[in-house]
Amino acid sequence: MAKKVTIEPVTRVEGHGKVTILLDDNKKVKQSRLHIVEFRGFEKFVQGRPYWEAPVLVQRLCGICPVSHHLAAAKALDVIVGAGTGDGLTPTGEKMRRLMHYGQFFQSHVLHFFHLASPDLLFGIDGNPAIRNVVGLAITDEFKHLAVQAVMMRKYGQEIIKATAGKKIHGTGAVPGGINKHLTAEERDSFINGPDPLNIDKMIDWSLGGLEFFKSYHKNNKAIIDDFAAFPSNHLSLVRKDGALDIYHGVLRAVDSEGKRILDDVDYQDYLNYIDEEVRSWSYMKFPYLKHLGKKDGWYRVGPLARLNTCDFIPTPLAQKEFEEYKAYTNGKINNMSMHQHWARLIEILHSAEEMKRLLNDPDLMSGELVTRGTKQKEGVGLLEAPRGTLFHHYRINDDDQIEMANLIVSTTSNNEPMNQAVEIVAKECMEDQDKITEPMMNAVEVAIRSYDPCLSCATHAIGKMPLEISLIDADGELIDRKSK
Amino acid sequence: MSKPVVATTSLAGCFGCHMSLLDIDERILDLVQLVEFNKSPIDDIKTFTKQCDIGIIEGGCCNSENVHVLKDFRKNCKILISLGECAIMGGLPAMRNNRVSVEECLKEAYLNCPSVTANEEQIIPNDPELPMMLNKVYPCHEIVKIDYHIPGCAPRADLIWEALVALVTGKPMNLPYEIIKFDYRGTKWQKK
Repeated sequence: MAKKVTIEPVTRVEGHGKVTILLDDNKKVKQSRLHIVEFRGFEKFVQGRPYWEAPVLVQRLCGICPVSHHLAAAKALDVIVGAGTGDGLTPTGEKMRRLMHYGQFFQSHVLHFFHLASPDLLFGIDGNPAIRNVVGLAITDEFKHLAVQAVMMRKYGQEIIKATAGKKIHGTGAVPGGINKHLTAEERDSFINGPDPLNIDKMIDWSLGGLEFFKSYHKNNKAIIDDFAAFPSNHLSLVRKDGALDIYHGVLRAVDSEGKRILDDVDYQDYLNYIDEEVRSWSYMKFPYLKHLGKKDGWYRVGPLARLNTCDFIPTPLAQKEFEEYKAYTNGKINNMSMHQHWARLIEILHSAEEMKRLLNDPDLMSGELVTRGTKQKEGVGLLEAPRGTLFHHYRINDDDQIEMANLIVSTTSNNEPMNQAVEIVAKECMEDQDKITEPMMNAVEVAIRSYDPCLSCATHAIGKMPLEISLIDADGELIDRKSK
Repeated sequence: MSKPVVATTSLAGCFGCHMSLLDIDERILDLVQLVEFNKSPIDDIKTFTKQCDIGIIEGGCCNSENVHVLKDFRKNCKILISLGECAIMGGLPAMRNNRVSVEECLKEAYLNCPSVTANEEQIIPNDPELPMMLNKVYPCHEIVKIDYHIPGCAPRADLIWEALVALVTGKPMNLPYEIIKFDYRGTKWQKK
């Protein structure tokens, strides 16, 4: 590849995510693709940097859930500094990180559901695009209270992150082997009692309220929630050793669409024995799959839906009760309905709030050793469950403590094939036999993708946004219609 | 007088600057009274529907599409703001500038990667649908004229709020050292 590249304006419109749909002679969908069009090269340019920079560098992949990358990198470096994998940290180190992570889950899930996805439910997929957004909620009397709750819940999570990581976005709290600060009594009291940023009991109340809102919507809109972009797949996540939902640490488990365990009790230090990635020429985002099942059948989903499919129970009482109701809806079977991710996400919001409450009352946060050290290793893998799914960080260092190799499999990458499947299903449902693409048809494709990820952000180690371009091409390769958003 | 119209975009950034804009928290409700949003990833307006007063750019330019979008913003906005380090100086993605080539980055991700063991055909994504990568990551002001720079990674919400309010109300900015300083970790800044 030539080093010199000319900067030229392209005639094509913007879009980090782009969908192309090919129709055959009979206007049937022959092929559909979700292209991820940005690439940044993190794996290469972090090489040569001192290893302890990784948690602050690599989180710049994604400003929506930087804590996930911050902690996954720190967990990999725990191994490298000899502090073990997950249970080697001091109680203070592990609990401060967990509080940071639950704060992150809380704010990111709230953003995903309330700010970005709920406008589709409240205004309709075919609602007026001018107000079908969180600003629209804020200026519509009927929904203003939801916008206010969304803003205040996100604020609570962000303040928890600030208190544990030092900053709301791109903090520095987690260090190899532990954490760099305690929680002060003043911080703890304000999170427990409010008034700013409110208090943890209010957060639990509003989390329950969010679930009530979703469930009543579901009751009246079964078709969109149950049938929209539903398809069978494998599911993968971390679970705690005993099968509990655990988003910070655990072992890898995967189930197939019928619930059969196809991976169980796997130590993630060995992830390369189980996971591989396929490269396709038309997208910068790779396609991970389970090695033993192969490229064709080994793809899997990650995220809230997958986590509630793989885990056996949720270790906090209110979320467990909601989990039982959620499981009962599918008679305990595996849930393959894409839009149920929002339901699962709301249950995880409640779980995160309960976990934050438990941790805030734990004295280990306010005193105790911060950092563990041991015998230096050359290589380490760090995994955790990011809001959008299992996140893999893997580093190897040289004798001079420089990063020699970095490998990252981010959550949305694992959902690459699932999102392509969802796009194809929606395309078949609403675009076959059509000559024109309408705005609601475009948004339907976006709603399917949005149930996985609001923005395709860190997936290419680039950020994407949601803008879409959809091309309708006939069997002769003639462009019938092209619409962009 | 009609409300000032604001458009925003994220080029080769991480979206953290947009998240920091949301970190103005309850002041968002004041902001939507103060300005009207046009093209922005936080809403569903994906192409300019009118001439805008203020364009806020997150991220630098790492491919031809970023350049196209940035020029489109310059054309459609009276005032352009580079928000955050990536827009201002390329930021973290610019770590590839002068150190490694695009080719090396692509090979690392798609050929040398330890979790890509079965890429027998040595595929590196190259579809015509994918935009051309630039040789370097460029800061926005090297591509178009930028009127204001708001520093930080991400810039603090208070800084974004103060700057925006000052701009739309025509009042001078109150920007003490603490809210501009990069990675400042002191106690919460209180407006006097």
